[in-house]
Amino acid sequence: MTLAAANAALLWAALTTYAVLAGADFGGGVWDLLASGPRAAQQRRAVAEAMGPVWEANHVWLIFLVVGFFTAFPPAFAVLALALYLPLTLALVGIILRGAAFAFRAHGAEAEGASRWGLVFGSASLLAPFFLGAAAADVAAGHVHANGRPAGVFEGWATPEALLIGLLAVSLCAYLAATYLLVETADRPDLQADFRRRALGAGALAGVLAIATLALARSQAPRLFETLTGNGLPLLVLAILNGGVALWTVWRTRPRVARAAVIAQVVLVIWAWPLGQWPYLVPPDLTVAGSAAPSQALQAMLVVTGVGMALLAPSLWYLFHVFKGRLPQA
Amino acid sequence: MGTSLGFHIVFAVLGVGLPLLMFVAEGLWLWRRDPGWLELARRWSKAFGILFAVGAVSGTALSFELGLLWPGFMAFSGSIIGLPFSAEGFAFFLEAVFLGLYLYGWDRLSPVAHWLTSIPIAVSGAASSLFVVMANAWMNSPAGFHLDAAGKLVSVDPLAAALNPSTATEDPHMLVSAYVVTGFLVAAVYAAGMLRGRTDLHHRRGLALGMAMAAPAIALAGITGDSSARFIYQAQPVKFAAMEGLYQTQRGAPIHLGGIPSDSQHRVLFAIEIPYGLSLLAAFDPNAQVQGLDSYPPDLRPNPVVVHLSFDTMAGLGTLLGLLAVGFWILVVRGRRLPLQRRLLWALVVAGPAAVVTMEAGWFVTEFGRQPWIVYGLIRPSQAATSAPALGATFGVFLAIYALLALTSARLLLRLARGARQAGA
Repeated sequence: MTLAAANAALLWAALTTYAVLAGADFGGGVWDLLASGPRAAQQRRAVAEAMGPVWEANHVWLIFLVVGFFTAFPPAFAVLALALYLPLTLALVGIILRGAAFAFRAHGAEAEGASRWGLVFGSASLLAPFFLGAAAADVAAGHVHANGRPAGVFEGWATPEALLIGLLAVSLCAYLAATYLLVETADRPDLQADFRRRALGAGALAGVLAIATLALARSQAPRLFETLTGNGLPLLVLAILNGGVALWTVWRTRPRVARAAVIAQVVLVIWAWPLGQWPYLVPPDLTVAGSAAPSQALQAMLVVTGVGMALLAPSLWYLFHVFKGRLPQA
Repeated sequence: MGTSLGFHIVFAVLGVGLPLLMFVAEGLWLWRRDPGWLELARRWSKAFGILFAVGAVSGTALSFELGLLWPGFMAFSGSIIGLPFSAEGFAFFLEAVFLGLYLYGWDRLSPVAHWLTSIPIAVSGAASSLFVVMANAWMNSPAGFHLDAAGKLVSVDPLAAALNPSTATEDPHMLVSAYVVTGFLVAAVYAAGMLRGRTDLHHRRGLALGMAMAAPAIALAGITGDSSARFIYQAQPVKFAAMEGLYQTQRGAPIHLGGIPSDSQHRVLFAIEIPYGLSLLAAFDPNAQVQGLDSYPPDLRPNPVVVHLSFDTMAGLGTLLGLLAVGFWILVVRGRRLPLQRRLLWALVVAGPAAVVTMEAGWFVTEFGRQPWIVYGLIRPSQAATSAPALGATFGVFLAIYALLALTSARLLLRLARGARQAGA
């Protein structure tokens, strides 16, 4: 593997981790927004308890991703920043408001009920995955050209397939969160039943949106379709098979198996993308090798990551061990 | 971008300073078994929970904005200064992990284990500020890369870029300034409580710990700031000239205290002038030559009004803060107890925001002093900025969001402080 490819794989691994961990935190915001029924307050509390200790650590994967991206592939970063200015800015607004709102609510003595910051927390949690998903779709569909510049506010990125994938990202986040909460609420059957229904709904919606995306891509975004049905095909097939397994385990209320299956689902979808568009980083103009930084910077990136992970991995293990290792006390 | 930075820096410095105070307070509790210290640590941790979250999201905004607003800058420098940014990423990671353990682990960890989790928070908080300022230092002293004849980047040395000449002076100055701001802000909160009659143990301890941090830090800020200025005299003479409002290159240059530099009259109006002062301070030689603004073409000069006034604000307020800290501890040692004179308490209340102003002024000096360059001697804003549409609207939206977050944080923190008063009663 070349240095550039190693850096790209590293960034994709960070993206995957971010999606699996922080995606569920955004999904938690969605369920906070949609909390309903006689146990609405308990649902919100379960989300807050699950997220509280870990969401900030989960969030840092995004910072690592952004920083690693501009270190290892500076020209590609600049091109994306210009072409996807608006969706990325809107995602950023969502990220800022979501995090601040959660902290204000958690530490600001406004913890209970659907306060104003609770509403901000929930709706901002929709913004971030939607626009990040849409931006990713634009890259995969080959809408980002190296020398192109955005002509208007919505031009170039607000394509039907991008908006559809944005919705898909939101539903996947909600699916992840509801499945994690199945595990976290295992000692409270009525609450667990609430999240089981929600997981089934979000999972089914994600499936429908995924099929719609494929159908739309076939006619509207041939490059996206090629990406998914070319080199990415094995992972796509696995994802379709695994999707059924995931839904079935949620249906049968096997929380831990379901959690693993839904994580696998997200991992498969995210890795089908780079495999499908290899050797391009930002198709159709920028390849991984062609947009890589000088080799010393790529080496430095790997060294820093190695040293950093040596410190981080045991710390993260300890964090999740303390808060997720056993059932939370009600 | 500037707004985001100016906003983020306040939360960031508290993220560096507060964990150290929490570590000390909780350590005192473990040592003395006096629940009052625990109460202090718990209150600070609540405030820190809010401050860290807002600091984290505004820091995320910064990492995005580097690309969104300055794609040209990042395309050129991303690979060169990526190393400190990646290292900062990991420092921030560790801070977030252990903060999660600290904030939510009161009942899940043993008291000693809980206390120990505050160490990585304090250390990685300090480390991330050092790493980030390395990147800023590089913009002042770009190093560690080679360009070919066409100006294309051919090779980089990330370590040399991170440890560029400005790092040695900028990094220590920023770190101690973080402790200055935290110390004075914490002291101001408790001084305000005391002015309302709450002179209980809780308030006295809070004030004492805040001032215990602020006093040595402000002294170190003076020393590091002085060496920083001397470095700029040699490395960025035009910034130095703007800081001092010096137009003509001369030997035996005077120092200007206050005043408004006038480009049309080539001198500083309304200033107090100390002959030979500048040459003496800059080079320890009253007849040393100091370069003036006039030796640079007008389009390569920073705005001397902003830079000079910011510099004098920083140096002036910094000196006053130093005198206040010294005076405070002299009174403590003389009286063997905390001085509670109303005038002193009022001064401490004012010193909190004044410390923030001092820091922001210092940041203005280094940023506006580097104008018109983004990267000193290499890149100008017009070459680096984005051409994306609707920039004005985006700016307005972010300004509104930051205002909202600042107001809400302030409101919640004040409510926490009020809670402290009730609990202390």
